[in-house]
Amino acid sequence: MTLSILWFLIIGLLFAIFLFMEGFDFGVGMSTRFLAKNDAERVAIMSTIGPHWDANETWLVTAGGAMFASLPLWYASLFSGYYILFLLVLVGLILRGVSFEFHKHAETNAGRNLWMWAFFVGSILPPFFLCMILLSMVQGIPMNANGDAFPKFFDVVNLLSVVGGVAGVLLSLVHGLNFIRLRVAGPLRDRARNLNKILYPILFLGEVVFAVLVFLQTDFFTKRFASSLIITALIVLFSLLGYYGVLKNREGWSFAGSGLSLSMVIVLLFNGLFPRVMIATNPAHSILIKNAANSQYTLTIMTIVACILVPIVVIYFIWSYSLFTKRINPRENTVKY
Amino acid sequence: MNNGTNKLLKSLYSICKINIEVYLAFLNKLHPLTTEKHRGISFLEPLEAIFSQVYLLLNRLINHMINLYILGFKLICFKEVINMLSVGLSIVSLARFQFAMTTVFHFFFVPFSIGMGFLVAIMETIYAVKKDKDYLDMAKFWGKIFLLSFAVGIVTGIIQEFQFGMNWSEYSRFMGDVFGAPLAIEALLAFFIESVFIGIWMFTWDRFKPGVHALMIWITSIGTMLSAIWILAANSFMQHPTGFKINNVTGRVQLTDFGAVISNPQLWRAFPHVILAAFMTAAVVITGMSAYGLLRKKKNENIFFKKSLRFGLWASLIFAILSAGAGDLQTRQIINDQPMKFAATEGIYEDTKDPAPWTVVALINAKDHKTTNQVEIPGVLSIMSYHKLSGSVKGMNTINKELHAKYDKQFGKNMNYYVPPKTLFWSFRVMTGFDALIMLVSLVGLIFSRKKKDTIESHKWMLVVLGICIWVPFIANSAGWFITEFGRYPWIVYGLFTIAQAVSPTSTVATLLFSNIVYFLLFALLGGVMVWYSRQTLHHGPYYEEADSKQNVDPFAKEAFGK
Repeated sequence: MTLSILWFLIIGLLFAIFLFMEGFDFGVGMSTRFLAKNDAERVAIMSTIGPHWDANETWLVTAGGAMFASLPLWYASLFSGYYILFLLVLVGLILRGVSFEFHKHAETNAGRNLWMWAFFVGSILPPFFLCMILLSMVQGIPMNANGDAFPKFFDVVNLLSVVGGVAGVLLSLVHGLNFIRLRVAGPLRDRARNLNKILYPILFLGEVVFAVLVFLQTDFFTKRFASSLIITALIVLFSLLGYYGVLKNREGWSFAGSGLSLSMVIVLLFNGLFPRVMIATNPAHSILIKNAANSQYTLTIMTIVACILVPIVVIYFIWSYSLFTKRINPRENTVKY
Repeated sequence: MNNGTNKLLKSLYSICKINIEVYLAFLNKLHPLTTEKHRGISFLEPLEAIFSQVYLLLNRLINHMINLYILGFKLICFKEVINMLSVGLSIVSLARFQFAMTTVFHFFFVPFSIGMGFLVAIMETIYAVKKDKDYLDMAKFWGKIFLLSFAVGIVTGIIQEFQFGMNWSEYSRFMGDVFGAPLAIEALLAFFIESVFIGIWMFTWDRFKPGVHALMIWITSIGTMLSAIWILAANSFMQHPTGFKINNVTGRVQLTDFGAVISNPQLWRAFPHVILAAFMTAAVVITGMSAYGLLRKKKNENIFFKKSLRFGLWASLIFAILSAGAGDLQTRQIINDQPMKFAATEGIYEDTKDPAPWTVVALINAKDHKTTNQVEIPGVLSIMSYHKLSGSVKGMNTINKELHAKYDKQFGKNMNYYVPPKTLFWSFRVMTGFDALIMLVSLVGLIFSRKKKDTIESHKWMLVVLGICIWVPFIANSAGWFITEFGRYPWIVYGLFTIAQAVSPTSTVATLLFSNIVYFLLFALLGGVMVWYSRQTLHHGPYYEEADSKQNVDPFAKEAFGK
């Protein structure tokens, strides 16, 4: 019993880390159009995550793997139920993943443009559709006793899921801009800050709408009023921290703030889901953690493995970030990308 | 209206009518299957209609293609695969096709990347030890090709992980207790190592000492190999389940002994075979591309490509021989584990004589379960199977009876236990034949380029042959997996769960066809671009980057200020 709940928390943690790390990757990708003005700036922006994007994406792969290894019924129902949306997430990730290497090799303007656009599109699709999946899922969808989910069009595309998707994209963009402020020098750094000055008020508006919709469309606030309220407040609070960092030009605060508010979205959803993993319109068909979980034996092994490996991963993961701290300046054109 | 137009209209009408009738019949045929555990067809109803039509067209096209003759030979393997895919109609076959397509494409890049990582690590180590700058250039140049392949390998790998949930949700439910663990460990242990250290390796050429920098690629390379172990552990369970029981309540597989999953004999025979074939793949590509490089006859690049060529030839010879040895080990495991698979790779229907002759080529009649026109070498199959001069090999007919006796209670009498014999028979010959070809070609190449009498550049035909051989290991790798995966038919988990049971109940023709088309287009793009950029990299040669970056030092370059 307890181990399956632990793994529910671990999966939540992995998704939260994924959104924190990959969130700014996505934002950086979007910035190639929203912030950069020329190709040199685009390349500079792209190269801020050059050594890191793959490792960041691995958090998603790990989250998926952990889901399969600990709560396979959740994994099976979620991935098969949201088939088309996951396909679109994959298309985004594929385009983005190859764009780094292919852009480096492209020799014509058309080629470079193509891969730069692939980078941009591939950075918008995944956060949008992932958030859409999560927010559609928490509203409850038609499911059968076997756990197969058959969401209809309006179960997938509705006000909350679309607002959630847009909010996810916007938060990622803000987070990405905060990362860029940390990693580049020159005018790009100032422009990123200025753009965030405009984006934050919009984000706050979005967060309020999002919170109201979550209140109306899900059972989070009826089931867990206090904790849901606190976490929602934390999302806004961390965003405020980020905004403070923008106004006072404290880049570290901004980055931490926007990253944590992204992570808090996952915390809100997982808090509301508990003890379920899939919510069916017919409550009898909802999947509970205890029903979705693997055997005690498998979970014990996975817990031991995770306890040994995760700390090691975190150590060299952080070390790899400590290697690339020199600010990138597109004007110097020393960017070897 | 004259007679002519009337006739035209009439015929047009009749064509439409036929089309509609066929379409309706098709939908009727489709629906009993899809409506079994029913639901209101997802939110893609309009798409469903369109794609059903597309599917119908494709089906017809395929039916025509089955009868294709090339140089008078009917494309036998092809027909069998297509036939098998259409067993159980639409959904299972589309899901299978998707798995085959994504896996084969993914597995072009996986062995290539594993091998390239390893060989580049060796090159860089030689540089770090001997300080021979040529080896630094080699590590950098072949590193570029490695990175290209790695990128495509990563992105197609994510599809694999998601696919189990998307298309095979029943499989994921059935196997979650066993299958998830190796996958998660693969991510935690291998993927993080690979992704973090390759990022560091890429961007620290000028920052680390050669030895330390070489260490980064070694760690990456070890990561890729660890990844192979874990995914093969998962696959080996599907081939040869160990350390489990069937849960009485849920009817699903439950892990009882993790040690048995990791020490699965199938795993430790498949892993060396796969990994050595991966090294060979990369070696053959390095050899072939160097041969093309030599053909261009640029004086300053001559030494570089000659060294790469020799390096590649040695590696491909060694690994071709070793992978054949590893394959032999694996084969002898399969004879006991999956006798049907083995009998099919040898095209044996009736039990063989003792000692068993080896069939080099034969015509196989899968319908009547007969093999004709064999060209045989007496006694060789006994040696291959048992490393002895005697011993007969069981035929498929006998094994079929045994399997029926064993599994009829659980799976019913109507199961077809015959695997596609032509596909397996010819895949095996393609795999082993190509491996032998690589051995031969590498040996000849080494003789021509030996230090005392280096005449390889005057043997242009040899360079061309080496160049063409680039494609050979990729085909051989795919053929090998064809044997492994098609040979498991009709099971997805050997003896426990059939392929038809495993598919997602939520899948529809529309979604599957849509995703198949999307993947196909993406793969065509990625594969094409990858090959194109590799070719371009080769065309620029190893010394291109330096000239390029010298130009870029100019702070007033156009790029710096945009347009």
